[in-house]
Amino acid sequence: MRAIRLRPVPWHLLFFLGPAVVIYTLFSAWPLLDTLRLSLYTSAGPGQRVFHGLGNFVTLLTDPHWSAAFWNALWNNTKFFLIHLLVQNPIGLLLAALISLPGLRLARTYRTLIFLPTLLSVVIIGFIWQLILSPLWGVSEGLLEAVGLGHLFSAWLGRESTALITLALISVWQFVGIPLMLLYASLIQVPDELIEAAVVEGASSWRIFWQIKFPLILPTLGLVTILTFVGNFNAFELIYAVKGALGGPNFSTDILGTFFYRTFFGYQSQVGSPTMGAAVASMMFFIILCGVMVYLYVIQRRLHRYDV
Amino acid sequence: MSIQNPNLRPLNSLATHSVLLAYTLLALFPIVLVVINSFKSRQAIFNEPLAWPTPSSFTLEGYVRILERSDFALYFYNSFVVTIVPLFLVMLFAAMAAWALAEYRFRGNRLMALYLAIGIMIPIRLGTVSILEIIVGLNLVNTLLALILVYTAQGLPLAIFILTEYMRQVPRDLKEAARCDGASEYRIFFQIAVPLTRPALATVAVFTMVPIWNDLWFPLILAPAEHTRTIQLGVQQFIGQYSTDWNSVLSALTLAVMPALILYMFFSRQLIRGLTAGAVK
Repeated sequence: MRAIRLRPVPWHLLFFLGPAVVIYTLFSAWPLLDTLRLSLYTSAGPGQRVFHGLGNFVTLLTDPHWSAAFWNALWNNTKFFLIHLLVQNPIGLLLAALISLPGLRLARTYRTLIFLPTLLSVVIIGFIWQLILSPLWGVSEGLLEAVGLGHLFSAWLGRESTALITLALISVWQFVGIPLMLLYASLIQVPDELIEAAVVEGASSWRIFWQIKFPLILPTLGLVTILTFVGNFNAFELIYAVKGALGGPNFSTDILGTFFYRTFFGYQSQVGSPTMGAAVASMMFFIILCGVMVYLYVIQRRLHRYDV
Repeated sequence: MSIQNPNLRPLNSLATHSVLLAYTLLALFPIVLVVINSFKSRQAIFNEPLAWPTPSSFTLEGYVRILERSDFALYFYNSFVVTIVPLFLVMLFAAMAAWALAEYRFRGNRLMALYLAIGIMIPIRLGTVSILEIIVGLNLVNTLLALILVYTAQGLPLAIFILTEYMRQVPRDLKEAARCDGASEYRIFFQIAVPLTRPALATVAVFTMVPIWNDLWFPLILAPAEHTRTIQLGVQQFIGQYSTDWNSVLSALTLAVMPALILYMFFSRQLIRGLTAGAVK
């Protein structure tokens, strides 16, 4: 109402905001809310739904069959994320720090080529690595043998103990370009005067990085971490392409995305359930929301103290 | 920029290049390996996987069989449509919304910005159960339009968020001068704001396009029919069916990778220009 007092009719506002708000609301925001609502219902015969309270969540967390699958997927997903956090971000930071060194030749070429896998489809990358790691083809075994490490080779993707780690590392290999690019963009924004002053005082590249640049890019590192968190707890394609919807062997690579897909859509003998699927999606929503809240209220607030 | 930093001593420089070169090789090796082997005979694929194709090992049989057995041209067309149309809509609608949020003071501005930003952090996938019901209700299952609508909604939040920052940087003098000359708000947007934010638009285009082109989830759920298959779904189904035919599998993967590689040759410059324009100013 007050807006109308400021400007007679905000036609321009409607024009500029309208299309984006309508499409976003109809196909993103509303379905998300509706999914949360659906998770409180259960199916009572074809096309009929009755309010079920928190029944789906109770089933998910306490029913022996459901809860074992859910906790397994959640735990696998957590491992998947931790591997990204501990491998992808340090490598991304190292590469970004090196590429952003002033006067480095070929910097643009390195940056362009290293970012390349990030742009490719997860499905294709999954298949490519499946072939490369396949004992049938023997490429990785041959390469390891060439450096005298042939005995280390095994069918990593096929074994329960190593499949998840291998898949996580494939994902790291692909997505290291994201921390690389974001951190690089942040590193080259560090004011030249700061660097020059440090150079004049004889500081080494190493010190300049840790004492000047690193504190200034901490907010970006926080952003990279939360992006990785959201991406990982929403991952599906890589596991589905390489291991199928069952996350084999023996569910050792089952993550929340594949668990959600099976629950919602059904798979083999299991019948799909939209309401149970909505409950799994809601759990994923709350997990991601928790991560985002931690980021917004703890990490980002603390990091902003470093801001100038 | 091109001045040699006195700090980068030869030894450091050598170490830096070794690390970057090693990682670059690691990043490219799997892709190159698949591409070169897709042009080799089955025997050569297994005996000499690391060798380049030679006149005696060269063959296109994998590609020939793909063309016989599946409709890759159609898959490419479908992927192209469901990527380009949402890309255009996202760029246009996001730039408009970003302009409104950056330029006008109105009640609920911050709240609206927050509402639109939720979609950056909360993946649209989590709403899939309802999205499918909506698409079924609209009778759009197994249509490209279903994917176009969902992908447009998916791309908007991040695009709006990034572009709002850039729209704020449009110089006040320019806008005020235009307003004094009697230009309408629409004209100021299209003739001043949009051209000035073009580098950012290029960056946003890449961020919007890549996840759409690469998506498997929504094609799998909303449009799995043969005639609406995107390239990701097509390749996934094809490889599932012919997994023992290595020539065909390698050729299918190469075909699927090619458009992204070719586009990247153009867009990498745009992307980097966008990033440096934002950083250097």
